[in-house]
Amino acid sequence: MIAFLLSGSSTMPNFSTNEFKPGLKVMLDGDPCSILENEFVKPGKGQAFNRVKLRNLKSGRVWERTFKSGDTLEGADVMDVDLEYSYTDGEFWHFMDPSTYEQFGADRDAVGEAEKWLKEQERYEITLYNGTPLAVIPPNFIELEITETDPGLKGDTAQGGSKPATLSTGAVVRVPLFITEGEVIRVDTRTGEYVSRASKS
Amino acid sequence: MSEWFPSASPESLAARAELLRVLRRFFVDRGVLEVDTPLLSQGTIPDAGIDAFRLPGEADEPDRYLQTSPESAMKRLLAAGAGDIFQICKAFRQGEAGRHHNPEFTLLEWYRVGSDHAALMREVAELLGIVLKSDGWQIWPYRALFIELLGVDPLDEQTSLTGLTDLAQSRIGVLPESLDRDAVLDLLMSHCIEPEISDWGMVFVTDFPLSQAAMARCIPMGDVDVAARFECYLNGKELANGYWEQIDPDALAAQLHAENTRRQQRGLPLRPIDGRLLAAHRHGLPECAGVALGVDRLLALKLGVEGVAETISFGWDRA
Repeated sequence: MIAFLLSGSSTMPNFSTNEFKPGLKVMLDGDPCSILENEFVKPGKGQAFNRVKLRNLKSGRVWERTFKSGDTLEGADVMDVDLEYSYTDGEFWHFMDPSTYEQFGADRDAVGEAEKWLKEQERYEITLYNGTPLAVIPPNFIELEITETDPGLKGDTAQGGSKPATLSTGAVVRVPLFITEGEVIRVDTRTGEYVSRASKS
Repeated sequence: MSEWFPSASPESLAARAELLRVLRRFFVDRGVLEVDTPLLSQGTIPDAGIDAFRLPGEADEPDRYLQTSPESAMKRLLAAGAGDIFQICKAFRQGEAGRHHNPEFTLLEWYRVGSDHAALMREVAELLGIVLKSDGWQIWPYRALFIELLGVDPLDEQTSLTGLTDLAQSRIGVLPESLDRDAVLDLLMSHCIEPEISDWGMVFVTDFPLSQAAMARCIPMGDVDVAARFECYLNGKELANGYWEQIDPDALAAQLHAENTRRQQRGLPLRPIDGRLLAAHRHGLPECAGVALGVDRLLALKLGVEGVAETISFGWDRA
């Protein structure tokens, strides 16, 4: 019955199809995956199956697989932690657990799109797989300084045109014309859009 | 929402009560007797696709099983001369939890003496027409449906397991390992055919492969024998399963043993064969047809809700 048991060096528990809840992390074809959906199907008086949608946490791809009900998958040693960004040496981007000072190096694949939102001392959600960063998710909103943009035009108000502005992290976003170099703005990292001037701290 | 709270809305509970009244009136008006049989029995069915809840007996008491349907008990009543009977009861199937399944569910089961499956299909259609205020229905032999929608003849001996598996793989993707022929056919049915017939209204699929006969009799259909069984689908969702009942005790015993063999092949625990059911058959089951209809699913369809939990006061997770 245990057709999908993958042997691994770790001692993660196995999960049966009836335990496949959204968010559960399991190993499939050697990759860590997160369960998105699990539908129990059983035609007539026939055999029961589970149609499962999973996200491959390495590639980000969504897989659809059908299992016999009762089949099991090995749990994946995956957890999400909040870490502080420290610095990059060009090959790895280093994050630190602020309570234990433990360091984690994320490679380019893991950092991905988040690279342009990396700011020192900011907290990021890091997905760890066997203790190694697999993905870096920036906070939804981040405040960054503008390092370069065309001078603002006097008298411009909030409405009207926009212009590109380069941020301290290298990201380029469109900002209203009245925003000037050196200002700190709030950006939505999910859309890459300007939200507002930063709140005065 | 907190765990103590019902999974069904007050409107849904009221609709359930009304549905039960409509169902009872339908049968009472037709002179069908309402019966009430035990939920916990010493016998169970060996159906390879169904897993009964087993309660171990204390001391000298035998093990008992929660009924997976009232079929055996109702057939013993039929053999004893009860005539046309119906029952609305709870049935239990272990592991069947999902959007369209609740391991404890409500079944409407009825038997018509002297009827065959064709007559019973008409009665199912009439009942559903009243409940859902729909009309029109179609009948599709299992074989024709596969040929029409998948271009493969499931009853042709030339259609190999490998051929079916390749087809399923191309339609569905990676499959579980070591599936037998019926399991692959089941996959094609649930993954490929059910979505296709979801806008066909009421569809009766009939004349199943003999390997999926369960307790239906076998009838000739052109060049092959098929099971005189039907499944009623509404919007692509299976709602009812009926048979022109197998009344030959030896044939039934053979079918039950075949199910146990299938259980063995699938690595499932064997089930005792219900001697009292076989004894009733030996005494003589009248010619009859019977059908079981999922009341929770019917209510979900009527209310237009996605899952059966919304039709049950406390769905499986909250029970």
